[in-house]
Amino acid sequence: MVGIIGYGVYIPRYRIKTEEIADVWGDNGPQMARGLGVFEKSVPGPDEDVATISVEAARNAIKYAGIDPRDIGAVYVGSESHPYAVKPTGTIVAEAIGCTPYLTAADYEFACKAGTAAIQTTMGLTQSKMIKIGLAIGSDTAQGRPGDALEYSAAAGGVAVLIGEDNPVATIEETLSFTTDTPDFWRREGEDFPSHGARFTGEPAYFRHVGEAAKAMLKKTDTTIDDYDYFVFHMPNGKFPVNMGKQLKVPKEKLEDSLVVRQIGNTYSGSAMMGMARILDIAKPGEKIFMVSYGSGAGSDAFVLKVEEEILKHRGEVPTVDDFIERKTYVSYAVYAKYRRKIKALG
Amino acid sequence: MAEHGVANIWRKQKSMYSIIGSKCTTCGEHYFPPRPVCPTCRRKGQLEEYQFKGLGKIHTFAVVRQAPEDFKRQVPYVVAQVELDEGARLTAQIVNIEPENVEIGMRVRSCFRKITEYGQGGIIVYGYKFEPTMKVTGHD
Ligand SMILES: [Zn+2]
Repeated sequence: MVGIIGYGVYIPRYRIKTEEIADVWGDNGPQMARGLGVFEKSVPGPDEDVATISVEAARNAIKYAGIDPRDIGAVYVGSESHPYAVKPTGTIVAEAIGCTPYLTAADYEFACKAGTAAIQTTMGLTQSKMIKIGLAIGSDTAQGRPGDALEYSAAAGGVAVLIGEDNPVATIEETLSFTTDTPDFWRREGEDFPSHGARFTGEPAYFRHVGEAAKAMLKKTDTTIDDYDYFVFHMPNGKFPVNMGKQLKVPKEKLEDSLVVRQIGNTYSGSAMMGMARILDIAKPGEKIFMVSYGSGAGSDAFVLKVEEEILKHRGEVPTVDDFIERKTYVSYAVYAKYRRKIKALG
Repeated sequence: MAEHGVANIWRKQKSMYSIIGSKCTTCGEHYFPPRPVCPTCRRKGQLEEYQFKGLGKIHTFAVVRQAPEDFKRQVPYVVAQVELDEGARLTAQIVNIEPENVEIGMRVRSCFRKITEYGQGGIIVYGYKFEPTMKVTGHD
């Protein structure tokens, strides 16, 4: 059965505390951190971007799976911060992991759910036997306009997932999506920072799409919340997934372990996938994971995963999400601004 | 301007992305960057493509505090001669560590980074840099 045969993550080393950002803009730091449920966020180094983060995550995924990279027949990189406007990130990744030239590749864009859309595509390609193994990546170095609410959560990180049919560590039992045309968040060509519909991003956007995808999945699989051990919802901040859980009556302890947003912020295309990776780091064989991603614009992809015995053979091969969360160095707002090119004079 | 040197970068790309050099099967010596002939064995040499493991130690290093325009955002940064476990030496930037903590003999592994970019509209050059081995690199 189709499933995840390996996964790997990457989170840059630098962090900035919510309080440090709040100080610059005259906001109340502790209150802001508690309100958002984001206490610090990851910041990429000056020489890191979506291509470098994707390569590091993909190399970890290959090591974890123990596969020959030449068996990868498709590479899809989902991001809203691809380094080039025209020129795929996927080819850079494919070359750097040694799976060129006999493969197909493309970049995906769908705000924060481009990575899970890539998972769905590779599922179809492997199940139809068009390819043996597919590589789906969700990776971002998201930016918020200085002083905008988004600046507190927009973070950097990536997750690479290898999809195949031979000995998965977690089978994907079901997937479905809920998609509508909803203008809650956008960035026009040539603009440095995104725009958003402020309060509009909540109810008609995030909660409607995640909630409806979740309900449709429960209906399709004829299951209830009680049938799952872990829940993962896209994490634009620490508050939304918790409220989503409350609306769906998910017990707190089933959601808690996926909330990586508190320590690293919203890694956009990597967000829900990072939560899923953290669960795969700790879940026991036989346990079930219910995941729903969300991308502005807007849509949600829902997945039901079952952890397999096979997972025990692969753990310890590569660093875990927690290893990356714990490896950190704090930077000041000034250094953050320098690294993130918010100081225009430096180019 | 933006297009200048693209072909040259493209030719070196594979070797820069994954540290691919050459190995002489006659004498066992490893070379990076790749060579057309083995300098020791000359005509008797047999060179084949070799992907280095990407592990080594710092042979010597310098901390750069006065950088060219393109690298100003990174100062201070470390440039080192890295001795790979297979024997070859190469020059690379050391990242994921404060310059004051870098030491000669320190174990490092290769990572994938942006090396430079040719202005706002130009090509982005990627390749290897090195970082100390640690838990997140899958070591110790
Ligand atoms: Zn020789």
